[in-house]
Amino acid sequence: MREGQNAREERWRRRSDRWAHRVIFVLSLTAIMTIVLIFIFIFREALPILTNPEIQREASLRHFFHPMEGPDLASRYMWQPVALVPKYSLIPLILGTLKTTLVALGIAAPLAIAAALYTSEFAPPRIRELIKPAIELLAGIPSVVLGFFALIVLATWMHRLFGFETRLNAITAGTALALALIPIIYTVSEDALNAVPRSLREASLALGATRWQTATRVVLPAASPGVFASLVLGFGRAVGETMIVLMASGNAAITSWRFTDSVRTLAATIAAELGEVVFGSPHYHVLFFIGALLFVVTFAVNSVGVYIIHRVQLRLRGER
Amino acid sequence: MTVAPRTESPAASLIASRRAIFWERLREQVPIGLLALASWLIVAMLGIILGNIAWNGAGQLSWEFLTTAPRAGMTEGGIFPAIFGTVALVILMTIATVPIGVATAIYLREFVPGSNLAYAWARARAARQWRERLIGLGHVVEILFARATRAAVNNLAGVPSIVFGLFGLGFFVRFIGGGIDRLFYGGELTYGQPAIIWAALTLALLTLPVVIVSTDEALRAVPRELREASLALGATRWQTIWHVVLPEALPGILTGAILAVSRGAGEVAPVLFTGAAYFLPYLPSRLNDQFMELGYHVFILSTQSPDVEKTKPLLYGTVLVLLALTFALNAVGVLIRARVRRRLRARS
Repeated sequence: MREGQNAREERWRRRSDRWAHRVIFVLSLTAIMTIVLIFIFIFREALPILTNPEIQREASLRHFFHPMEGPDLASRYMWQPVALVPKYSLIPLILGTLKTTLVALGIAAPLAIAAALYTSEFAPPRIRELIKPAIELLAGIPSVVLGFFALIVLATWMHRLFGFETRLNAITAGTALALALIPIIYTVSEDALNAVPRSLREASLALGATRWQTATRVVLPAASPGVFASLVLGFGRAVGETMIVLMASGNAAITSWRFTDSVRTLAATIAAELGEVVFGSPHYHVLFFIGALLFVVTFAVNSVGVYIIHRVQLRLRGER
Repeated sequence: MTVAPRTESPAASLIASRRAIFWERLREQVPIGLLALASWLIVAMLGIILGNIAWNGAGQLSWEFLTTAPRAGMTEGGIFPAIFGTVALVILMTIATVPIGVATAIYLREFVPGSNLAYAWARARAARQWRERLIGLGHVVEILFARATRAAVNNLAGVPSIVFGLFGLGFFVRFIGGGIDRLFYGGELTYGQPAIIWAALTLALLTLPVVIVSTDEALRAVPRELREASLALGATRWQTIWHVVLPEALPGILTGAILAVSRGAGEVAPVLFTGAAYFLPYLPSRLNDQFMELGYHVFILSTQSPDVEKTKPLLYGTVLVLLALTFALNAVGVLIRARVRRRLRARS
């Protein structure tokens, strides 16, 4: 009796072990499947731009990048998807995205890297324990709240301060976007700085270098790939960020080099227009094409960033 | 008293060296001070944002605001439907994302045999019997799969949220939902339209990396000796995971879930086209209902309002509620995570 029960229990134990393994394996397929499915389903809807002649008559790569007849830059590259003759130039959108990204990185990168250097090299532990979580908390503010703050408060302040012609412009949107980038750049840079072996610092200090010299000429160069990776990841986030720019950029697709003009970014265009678009129309496929573009760019940028970080980790562990 | 410039009197050289030290200190301290200034500037920005919202929003909070629906074209009334929708959305999302995320992390940490590809490959090649060789090749495949999964998780974390929105529309709403309609409802529009279930699943995929990374970290912090002791006592691998490893890792897993909820509750772009509604006279009660969401409500109130000044108090109140929800959760998550990390560091 007892024997049989034991044998049954043993069988049950073995079987549940095997099934647990299988179920867990199947569930863990999700991550890869998601990336593959995103790829398939975004590109499936973007593909008619390249293949369907019916769609191509209105929207094709030529429409996206080729200039039209016009007296100035703004009229040669126009994004007017709901006009009588729709115009689908992506140039103003790409330019807008680059402008906000540039402003955002220009503000966020120096601040975040300075803060990372300060907390990892100079700050007393008690102050570090204050600044670090604060910056991490900044990452927890939803982007729609940052967008709201930029639209209602920041835009007014900056308008008063600088007297912009248009209240919502690339600088306002970029400033708000910087708030979203700071935590990323800070966290990744700080990790990179902390990963620099202590022996390097000690050697430098023992040779008579000051702490500032050690930080800027030994630690920072040693961590530079990681710091660079943080900028790369920040760039990826800036290009893809939607709600902040949608709310704070003014959303006018103007082709110009001026940062004080209203801008419309790629991501914001999808968010603003997909709701009203006719399913299967050229406009619909163009929006998915923009989505595919964003996916490819962020995927590439992100892969580069993660690869650099991975390499640095291996090197610091002495494996390569 | 006049001192000739080149005299090497002890007093003069003392003054000179003091001065040199002073300048050196200055050159050292000023840049460090600037770094500190930058750090505090960031903290100040956080403080200004939170302070501004708390200051302007606190007066708006009332029982009525939290428990009634918007009235008069959203210029009066409360935000109860948006709170309800957000909570329902996040609960559905959590049900989907936590089991999948935890399972993925368990697979990567507990089931993949080592991570040394060259070693596994060499062992598979050196095997004498075909059965051994097959098992060895299986290990190689598993290691490759684990690497691909980690890469996928990393990339998933970098995919813009608006792309998730597009994907949710194309895959969940049109493909899955439309497929269900064709199969079970004779083509009648039931699930093939934006709905809370599709928004929740889209968010679940978006927050998956958060859960995986947190759980992975927590599993790594569980000492190997515990696993070995359990296995040595005759427990199977699954028994070890279920009875020994998971209870140890629970705080970290909880952190992941909390951070995922906090992230999911604040996202707007992915739910724009997958289920969020501008205004609904009823609360969502079925999986294929649309819903109102706090973040979307903030977006609508601040960009589509006919009278910005009139809706401003409402807007601030809504933002404060949204922040309280996401931010409080996030703070809790960050605190637990800090504790887990400290334990991890103490161990290594």
